[in-house]
Amino acid sequence: MKDFILPDDRDMGTPAKLGKPVTLTIDGFEVTVPEGTSVMRAAAEIGISVPKLCASDNLEAFGSCRLCAVEIEGRRGTPASCTTPVAPGMVVDTNSAKVRKIRKGVMELYISDHPLDCLTCAANGDCELQDMAGAVGLRDVRYKAPENGGLANHFTARNSSGEANPEWLPKDDSNPYFSYDPSKCIVCNRCVRACEEVQGTFALTISGRGFDSRVSAGNAGDDFLSSDCVSCGACVQACPTATLQEKSIIEMGTPDRAVVTTCAYCGVGCSFKAEMQGDDLVRMVPYKHGKANRGHSCVKGRFAYGYANHKDRILNPMIRDTIDEPWREVSWDEALSFAATRLRGLQEKHGKQSIGVITSSRCTNEETFLVQKLTRAVFGNNNTDTCARVCHSPTGYGLGQTFGTSAGTQDFDSVEQTDVVIVIGANPTDGHPVFASRLKKRLRAGARLIVIDPRRIDLVKSAHIEAAHHLALTPGTNVAVVTALAHVIVTEGLMDEDFIRTRCDWDEFQLYAEFISDPRHSPEATQLLTGVPAEELRAAARTFARGGNGAIYYGLGVTEHSQGSTTVMGIANLAMLTGNIGRPGVGVNPLRGQNNVQGSCDMGSFPHELPGYRHVKLPEVRAIFENAWGVEIDPEPGLRIPNMLDAAVEGSFKGLYCQGEDILQSDPDTKHVAAGLAAMDCVIVHDLFLNETANYAHVFLPGSTFLEKEGTFTNAERRINRVRKVMAPKNGYADWEVTQLLANAMGAGWSYTHPAQIMAEIAATTPSFAGVTYDLLEEKGSVQWPCNEAHPEGTPLMHVDGFVRGKGRFIVTEYVATDEKTGPRFPLLLTTGRILSQYNVGAQTRRTDNVVWHDGDVLEIHPHDAENRGLKDGDWIRLASRSGETTLKAKVTDRVSPGVVYTTFHHPDTQANVITTDYSDWATNCPEYKVTAVQVSPSNGPTDWQEDYAAQAERSRRILPAAE
Amino acid sequence: MAPHATAITIEDVTQIIDAHRALEGPLLPLLHGLQDAFGYIPELAHAPICEALNITRAELHGVISFYHDFRAQPAGHHVLKICRAEACQSMGGNALAEALLAKLGLDWHGTLANGKVTVESVYCLGLCACAPAAMLDDQVVGRVDAAKLDKMLAEAGA
Repeated sequence: MKDFILPDDRDMGTPAKLGKPVTLTIDGFEVTVPEGTSVMRAAAEIGISVPKLCASDNLEAFGSCRLCAVEIEGRRGTPASCTTPVAPGMVVDTNSAKVRKIRKGVMELYISDHPLDCLTCAANGDCELQDMAGAVGLRDVRYKAPENGGLANHFTARNSSGEANPEWLPKDDSNPYFSYDPSKCIVCNRCVRACEEVQGTFALTISGRGFDSRVSAGNAGDDFLSSDCVSCGACVQACPTATLQEKSIIEMGTPDRAVVTTCAYCGVGCSFKAEMQGDDLVRMVPYKHGKANRGHSCVKGRFAYGYANHKDRILNPMIRDTIDEPWREVSWDEALSFAATRLRGLQEKHGKQSIGVITSSRCTNEETFLVQKLTRAVFGNNNTDTCARVCHSPTGYGLGQTFGTSAGTQDFDSVEQTDVVIVIGANPTDGHPVFASRLKKRLRAGARLIVIDPRRIDLVKSAHIEAAHHLALTPGTNVAVVTALAHVIVTEGLMDEDFIRTRCDWDEFQLYAEFISDPRHSPEATQLLTGVPAEELRAAARTFARGGNGAIYYGLGVTEHSQGSTTVMGIANLAMLTGNIGRPGVGVNPLRGQNNVQGSCDMGSFPHELPGYRHVKLPEVRAIFENAWGVEIDPEPGLRIPNMLDAAVEGSFKGLYCQGEDILQSDPDTKHVAAGLAAMDCVIVHDLFLNETANYAHVFLPGSTFLEKEGTFTNAERRINRVRKVMAPKNGYADWEVTQLLANAMGAGWSYTHPAQIMAEIAATTPSFAGVTYDLLEEKGSVQWPCNEAHPEGTPLMHVDGFVRGKGRFIVTEYVATDEKTGPRFPLLLTTGRILSQYNVGAQTRRTDNVVWHDGDVLEIHPHDAENRGLKDGDWIRLASRSGETTLKAKVTDRVSPGVVYTTFHHPDTQANVITTDYSDWATNCPEYKVTAVQVSPSNGPTDWQEDYAAQAERSRRILPAAE
Repeated sequence: MAPHATAITIEDVTQIIDAHRALEGPLLPLLHGLQDAFGYIPELAHAPICEALNITRAELHGVISFYHDFRAQPAGHHVLKICRAEACQSMGGNALAEALLAKLGLDWHGTLANGKVTVESVYCLGLCACAPAAMLDDQVVGRVDAAKLDKMLAEAGA
């Protein structure tokens, strides 16, 4: 065992159980464990490690390696300790002479079919087979290939006469991140079981039997890349030998230290061990005590970190007078004073309100806090917004109005106790893969699933899971469907009246019940509109209302609509109607898109809210920050992103500091965004790469990766996780330092020396963070806000005894059709989403080997619509809306319904957001990405717009060599 | 054994899948059903089986490859299985089998050029008392010798 392994990171052999206590004696020590625990785990609890190869505490016991044999008084034989549950009064001997002899014999057989190349093996020092050979004291292997006889092993490519060994299989290097070397396999089944039990993909199997047993990805003839494998890494982690091994380890060797940190991709917020050699990252391994991921990972967090060292990364500050010029590399001092002078100059000329900031949902809480502080305390206005504007702002608003807090109600562990799940407008297997694995595990154990999505996402039907109901609605009709579900629940008397009377406002419920009972909300009345058969919708409503613990998980398919906030309220209504709030297994759970989008909202990134969701117009809230910061805070809300861009086009908004966000690619109606940026006089982009927004920037400040700084991220379950610095920032400064340098260049006089001081300022000013300190995070690993005097250890479940706002509030949800309508010119509805291997605008994942799975956006179109237009799979097509047009390749599939097309927005050369319109949510301006009327027609190649765009991007990315 | 699959259609396969899919633990009876009908498990059945039972192609491959009796290609019109387990070996089964294979010019699991007979090994037919033993299609034969084997092959049209 390597000594960097963190305390309590031991493999206990079999999973923990819950049960009444059972006391037994192992090797003379008494131990008490829950009923159902294995003898192996009970021994591990008192520090006795029974030798094992096929057991791992994230997999159910399998009992195949025969190494963990023990003797139990009064029982015959030598049972496997992994598959033997404890019993009261049991007396176990884990190390009798008899079992030691058995183990040595078993190991001898294993080693007889294993190469003895330990010194040059990639797993040297990190190999359980090696450890076990040592543990049992194996000194000799008596089984040898006969002289001149046939080889009977799997690891020698040729015999001594040079004849090929038919049992030998070559390495499979098809996966870009790990290799499969069959010659080192001991057929313990751990990889196959991890793929099934942990990941839930079932991509692996054991083919053949007996001596012919081999791990096989997919069918005969498949390799790892062509199989169903999603490259989550669970098999690699499970492998006790070098059979499944990270290529980075093969190349670099084993790590010498590990630092626990938090993934910087999606809102699940997985904990990882960053395993290091000096300041080189060797691999990322999911941390089993991470409370969001419980030891699991996906291809992005596990493997796609190569962007941190990509050649495109910019490490020096750059400036230019106009966006037509090439960039000039300059010193930090010059760049910062250039930026500060310009920003101050703009304020003098165009007024205090003429500049603003966009905070990043990828940076830490501390960094976001500083950026909004920059605008409020240094710029003297409230012009701050964040990408949550374009994703989950309706969640904040909708849940704030109904429950009183702008966040999900549960922790991810809650899914283990749910009985019926609604997934609406989310595609967890692609967008939130680790949560999806946890959900699928629960579904395989019997929970039922209702999917509300225009597309047949993987959760609707994939190996061993199948949705009880798939309501394939027409894009844009979420409110009608959610309202119809509530109509069925109320009119059929399926609601939890007791819950409503005690926990919610009964008078408001009366009004709501009257509204919702109106026959115009019935599924029969709305089915023509929504495309969902009334009987199916009624059945789904009954399943949810009567099915036990009901949980709702939703994503951007809910929020990114003109009625996004209304749907969020409708979802809250459903949860309150059925009494599914305030205990494990239930709740309303937004799946947040980016790693710290929850945190960026919490930190006061919105123009109308100070940190902790407190309105800027409230004098008592302003007073807290005015006292802390020694400045006067503008009582008027500032500009939202779309308003900033509108004001820029009008000429009143001239300067923007944009940290870690690529609004040109991610925000809707690209042409309008470009026009707004082009009209500004000082655009400061603070990022890892020259992103699309930087094409319009005057100052580029190089950013740092999550590996290069201290801080915290807050995930979708409100969990504040530590981000730890494992290497020095390659650009010289962590992002919080850069913001501080800019503030100080403008005369702010900040003097933070560590993000812990920023967290102390957050805690001192924001009640829901009052108890959060780095010391507490160190001790607990993570905490879920609110964390304060009332909840010193944080709050896994919200609204347990009562809603934060007092009584839960039912809000009427009238369906209003979007103004974006299909017609003869634009007869199809486009909806957009994500794919597993790519992340958001792709700035990170496009710069990794993840492109082998997805190297360009494609348009999914139903065979019927494709045939009408004479399109075949793989054809170039022109996709046009009222806003613009682009070209991409078609993928003909019945995953989408007729009349609906779907694409992703990961690639700037496609620019799906040229197509999307500037319609947005009535309450929060969240753009309506999910519904755009389009036409699709055959095409020969890129549109003029795409060619112009590419030329402009190339021109604007020119960099002059630094002046010596 | 099987009628010779001239052209197995997806409809034939679907019919057999539908006849078994409601069973508890349907995969093995279903595979037997296909092999009984076609003499082997055609690859075109893989995707519909996975779809119907909601399993992956890896799982299906694991099951099919575990059982030596399931074939990926059609066998000859008749299948001769010769026991190679301990009792039959001790009674000269190996030598008998090798002589037969040499005479037919086949390796184990090979099929005659005229497609009449496939020779396979089997590990115990439960006829140890009458070793060496063999089986032609569904009929077991005890105390086989070269003459008996010749007769059986002649009947099979070899």
